[in-house]
Amino acid sequence: MYHMLQYTIKRILVAIPVLFGVLAVTFFLVRLIPGDPCTAQLGEKATELVCAKFNADKGLDKPIIVQFGVYLRDVFGGDFGTSIRLARPVTQLIAERLPTTVELGVLALLVAMVVGVPLGIIAALRRNSAIDVVTMVGSNVGVSMPIFWLGLMLAYIFALVLKDTPFQLPPSGRLSSGITSVPFYELWGWAPDLKSGTGQLLQFFGNLYFFNSLITFQWEVFGDALRHMILPALALGTIPMAIIARMTRSAMLEVLGRDYVRTARAKGLSDIAVTMRHAFRNALMPVITIVGLQLGTIFGGAVLTETIFNLAGVGRILFDAITTRDYPIIQGFTLAIALGYVVVNLLVDLSYGLLDPRIRY
Amino acid sequence: MTTTADTVTIPSASISSTEGPWRRAWRQFLRQRSAIIGMIMIGLLAFTAIFAPLIAPFDPVQVLLGKEEGIKKRTGPCVHLLGCPAEQPEHILGVDGNFRDLFSRIIYGARLSLLIGFVTVAISLTIGTLLGSFAGYIGGWLDNLIMRMLDVLLAFPFLLLAIAIVSVLGPGLMNAMLGIAIVSVPAYARVIRASVLSAREEDYVLAARALGVAPVNILFGHIMPNAISPLIVQATLGIGTAILDVAALSFLGLGAQPPTPEWGSMLSAERNQVFTAPHLVFIPGLAIMLTVLGFNLLGDGLRDALDPRLKR
Repeated sequence: MYHMLQYTIKRILVAIPVLFGVLAVTFFLVRLIPGDPCTAQLGEKATELVCAKFNADKGLDKPIIVQFGVYLRDVFGGDFGTSIRLARPVTQLIAERLPTTVELGVLALLVAMVVGVPLGIIAALRRNSAIDVVTMVGSNVGVSMPIFWLGLMLAYIFALVLKDTPFQLPPSGRLSSGITSVPFYELWGWAPDLKSGTGQLLQFFGNLYFFNSLITFQWEVFGDALRHMILPALALGTIPMAIIARMTRSAMLEVLGRDYVRTARAKGLSDIAVTMRHAFRNALMPVITIVGLQLGTIFGGAVLTETIFNLAGVGRILFDAITTRDYPIIQGFTLAIALGYVVVNLLVDLSYGLLDPRIRY
Repeated sequence: MTTTADTVTIPSASISSTEGPWRRAWRQFLRQRSAIIGMIMIGLLAFTAIFAPLIAPFDPVQVLLGKEEGIKKRTGPCVHLLGCPAEQPEHILGVDGNFRDLFSRIIYGARLSLLIGFVTVAISLTIGTLLGSFAGYIGGWLDNLIMRMLDVLLAFPFLLLAIAIVSVLGPGLMNAMLGIAIVSVPAYARVIRASVLSAREEDYVLAARALGVAPVNILFGHIMPNAISPLIVQATLGIGTAILDVAALSFLGLGAQPPTPEWGSMLSAERNQVFTAPHLVFIPGLAIMLTVLGFNLLGDGLRDALDPRLKR
């Protein structure tokens, strides 16, 4: 345990320069690419005079290196700048948008694992059986499907074809109209300064509707939020699900042929014990690795999923920011995503140690 | 310009049978059921693409309003033989929101789809092979420089980076292909670098070097032919991915622009009609899926056939 803590701290320290690198690269790359925020946002109205004032207002007229210095100073003070287009603090936007994508991504990965892993195990145990063939064909089809098409078809089936049945599911938004999620800090009578750093952190957690409704027992909100997130999570989770099923199958096939599995069988252990305790635990490592690698797919796919299901998340705001050269948003959200990568990869690496006692940190 | 036929025929290590490696791979390939299915699917697609003008009953971009009696916007599939009323004009897959024949657009879309797949992969394959082979063969600081630059590309989410590139270049099919191609370069570069690294120390390379063969000739005449099979697999699987990703960009409005009969943009144009005219969304997406599936099956089959470690 002590070593794990030590390892975690070391990893966090190593992550700092990486995050700084991402910050610097993003900062300079967005400014190196042709096109400026003024013409991207004002279009034909962007005359030289208008743009000069525009740039002076946003501090874009100073030399790049000065801008970078100012930006760094602000970031360390917890200020990610103000969106050029929306004229709102980026931290505020992150506190609003990131929770949607986090919930979507986590639920999608959950769906992918809960369905993909058992399918892979069964397919491996019953190799060349009907269920194996169906799983493998299904996984091939799964990775070949356009997410946006799958999302639209799911919306069509669950919102229209199954309308007025118990399986009807809403095709857009996070909550039904008439249902509001009361943030836990309001319910508990806290009155934080919402503009402060702590206030925005509280807002972030308050906007995680699943988390917020669970800790405040707002069951109706929880149910509604879940019903809204099922279709997007299915659409986003299908590709990872297919990849995880395939990976689990091949990892299990490899492990099932090993001596220790044969030994376990020979000493008369039940099939379930052999499968779960001896084979699966050893097959889980490559599966966990794949889960970590799917994060990029999730973030990219989030753009498409959020577009289809009208979710105000990270993918959508980044797409809009990229096309309008909204530098502060691109920088702030890229940093948030990079932080997500670092955290997930750390969790993945830590889980290796939990799964395999031979691994020491 | 430097490759000559006699350098390619150097036999690779330890072939037990008298059969050539490509012949053996072909035999292995034919043994895979999925590979055969994939090949048939791609064959059908290619056939459709080549003979599109003969198969399609209408011009894919022609607006039929006023040209054809009784035509209505977004009508479903109508085949007279299957009981569709005779006063309604026949359209096998229905009519889209601009009074165009969906079937003809899907047929012509096959051309674009193949073109997108091959051109995108060709671009990233060329850049990736050059970068990867130089990095692997020359090594040292050049290797470090190239690979770190590619790592930066890999650090950003794939689709978001492609969106950024296309928004710089401007929306359009060619730019969307270029964007996806650039983002895919690291995958190819890494595959070819790994192959070159392992081939570099083989005896036949040392022999060629001892004979005084120029480094460029060693790289492209001796190493590459032996490092090419993982690249073929990667490229085949890459065609499917490229088609999928370019379609995604088109769906977001950054790729092919209307009225181009590109499947992704056709789907995007009608996506708000999914509840009223689902066939306009379902069919183009199905076409994308079947095409990508074909290339994926083919790629899997090739991998099993070309990778001697997996030989049964």
